[in-house]
Amino acid sequence: MSQTSSSLKGRKVILHDMCLRDGMHAKREQISVEQMVKVATALDDAGIPYIQVTHGAGLGGNSLQHGFAMAPNEEYISAVASKMKQAKVSVLLIPGLGTMKELQAAYDAGARSVHVATHCTEADTSPQHIAFARKLGMDTTGFLMMSHLNDAAGIAQQGKLMESYGAHTIYVTDSAGYMLPEDVKARVAALREVLKPETEIGFHGHHNLGMGVANSIAAIEAGASRIDGSVAGLGAGAGNTPLEVFAAVCERMGIETGVDLFKIMDVAEDVIVPMMDHIVRVDRESLTLGFAGVYSTFLLHSKRAAERFGVPARDILVELGRKKMIGGQEDMIQDTAMTMAKERGLLKQVA
Amino acid sequence: MKKIKCALIGSGNIGTDLIYKIKRSPVLEPVWMVGIDPESEGLARAREMGLKTTADGVDGLLPHVEADEIQIAFDATSAYVHAENSRKLNELGVMMIDLTPAAIGPLCVPPVNLRQHADKLEMNVNMISCAGQATIPVVHAVSRIQGVEYAEIVASLASKSVGPGTRANLDEFTYTTSNAICKVGGARRGKALCIINPAEPPMIMRNTIYCLTDDEPDHVRITESILQMIGEVQKYVPGYRLVNGPIYDGNKVSVFLEVAGLGDYLPKYAGNLDIMTAAATRTAEMFAEEILAGKIQLKAVETV
Repeated sequence: MSQTSSSLKGRKVILHDMCLRDGMHAKREQISVEQMVKVATALDDAGIPYIQVTHGAGLGGNSLQHGFAMAPNEEYISAVASKMKQAKVSVLLIPGLGTMKELQAAYDAGARSVHVATHCTEADTSPQHIAFARKLGMDTTGFLMMSHLNDAAGIAQQGKLMESYGAHTIYVTDSAGYMLPEDVKARVAALREVLKPETEIGFHGHHNLGMGVANSIAAIEAGASRIDGSVAGLGAGAGNTPLEVFAAVCERMGIETGVDLFKIMDVAEDVIVPMMDHIVRVDRESLTLGFAGVYSTFLLHSKRAAERFGVPARDILVELGRKKMIGGQEDMIQDTAMTMAKERGLLKQVA
Repeated sequence: MKKIKCALIGSGNIGTDLIYKIKRSPVLEPVWMVGIDPESEGLARAREMGLKTTADGVDGLLPHVEADEIQIAFDATSAYVHAENSRKLNELGVMMIDLTPAAIGPLCVPPVNLRQHADKLEMNVNMISCAGQATIPVVHAVSRIQGVEYAEIVASLASKSVGPGTRANLDEFTYTTSNAICKVGGARRGKALCIINPAEPPMIMRNTIYCLTDDEPDHVRITESILQMIGEVQKYVPGYRLVNGPIYDGNKVSVFLEVAGLGDYLPKYAGNLDIMTAAATRTAEMFAEEILAGKIQLKAVETV
C-alpha cells in the first residue's frame, strides 16, 4: 500500500456517508431501525465523521409520492444518534417537501448537521430553512441538486445566495451522475472564487457513469473539502461514490480522511452488500440516468411504471430527461408512462 | 348593468393579473389599485388601464372607500400585513378576499364551498394557495363519494411563475395547503408537496392528487364524480384539464392534471397564477351577484 506522490498529499477531507439516506432509495425506503443502528455503529467505529439518516427524500419524505419508510424519521435519528461515539448524524431537507417543524423535530431527536437541498437554480427557496438550521446551531450545508443543469457561473451565484442565508458549506450535487471531472472542476472552482474563504465546498456524486471516485478527486483538486459517498455505493441509481473505494484512493494519494480503510471495507462487504435487494451497479437503466442526465431516484419508479404500463424503463427515462423533470417530480414518471402507453395503444383514455 | 366596485391591494403578479380578470366580469369593476412603491410597474400598468392608484398602502385607500363605493377588496400582499389590511377595510364594510396564506377567514374553493360562505355573509374569505385551488376540488370529488383517510397533492410550478414572496416562505404555502386538503377537501389527513421547475420553455403547471379511501374505491362513481368536478372548475379556469387517470391501485386513487392559464398577464404556463385569480374573481362575483340582487348587504365589522 505505497503512497504515490500526489499534489493533494496532506489535504484534509471530511467524508459524509449516505447509505442510510440515499441508500433508502435503493431499498425502497425499507431499512429497519435495527439495521440503521447496526450500519451506523459500524461506520462510527470506522471513524466516519458524518452519517446521514433519514427517508431517502429527507425530512417530510414519508408520502405516497416518495414511499413510506418503516419508521418515522425521528425514530431513526434518535435510535442512531444515541449510539454514536464520535459521528454526527445529519439529515436532508428539501424545501417544498420538508419544513422547519420537521427540522426542529430532527434536531430534538439528535441530528446536528443538515443538507438543505434545492434544485441548482432555485436557491432562493431555502433562506428560511438555512437560517433556522443556523439558529439551531447545526452544521448547515446548501445542497445544489442536479448541478449539471446550471453552468459554473450560475452555480457560483446560487451558492453565494445560500452562503448569504448562512450556509457553512456549499455542495455541487451530481444527482443524475451525469457530470464528468471537467464539469465538476469548473463548478467547484467557480464557487471557490466567489465564496468566503471559511465557507467549505462539498461534492455529492452518483456513480451512473462510473465517475463517482474520479469526480470526487476532481472536486478536491478544485478546492472541495467535503465528499459524500456511501459504503458499498448503497444509493439511488448506480449508487453514490463508493466510500471504501474513495477512501482507498485517498490513502494512496495522501489525502487525510481519518477513516479506517479496512474497517469500512469490512462494513461494505459484511454489512451493506448482504442488505441489498439488488446489486447496486451500473446497469442498463442506471447508465441511462447518467447518460440522459435524469435524477437518480427515478430509477426504481421507472422500472415499476415500465412493468405496469408495458413501456420500457429506458424509454420513460429518456422522455423524462427530454421534458427536463427534476427531483421531486416522481409523480410525472407514472404520468409520462401512461401518456406513452396511450400513444402506443397500450392504455385507454378515461375521458 | 350596475357593477360592484373593487379595490386591489398589492401590485405584483397576482394583483396585475386580477385587473384583467375583474375587468372582464359582468358584475365587478376594478377601481383602485394599492401599492407601496410609487415607481412600481404594477401601479403604472394599473393607471394605464384606468384605475386610481396609491403608493401609500391601504391607508392611502381608506379615505376614498366611501366616496368611490368600494365594496370588495382583494388582498395580494403577504400573510404578515393581511390581518391589518382586513381589519381596516372590514370596519368600513368592505368585504375581503384574501389571496395570501394568512387564512384568518374561512377557506374557499369555489366549486366546493363558495355558496356556503356567501350564505353566511362572511366578510373575509381566504383563497388558500394555487396548489389548493387546483387540487382540493378533486379531493372533495373523491371524499363526497367515499371516506378519504389521507390525501396528498403534488404541485409542479414553472420557476418563472413563482414570485419572491412564495419562494421566501415555502413553509407557509405547505402548511396552508395541507390544512385545507382536510378542512375543505374532506380528507382526514393531508399533505402538500411543491416543486419549482426551471425548464425552458417553462412547463405548464401540473398537479397530481393521490387519495387513500377507507374502503375499496368505487371506480365508476369516483371517476364520474371527478369528471363532473373538473367540468365545474373549467367554468372559471378553461385551461384546467385531466391528463391521466383516475387510476386505481388498491385503495389509492391517482389523478394527473394540467392547468394552463389564460395568458392575461403572465404567459399560459402560469396556470398557478390564473387559478388563484380566477377563483378569487369567481368568489367575488358570487358575493356581487347576491348584493346586486338585494339578497345580502355588507355591514361594517365593529372591532372589539
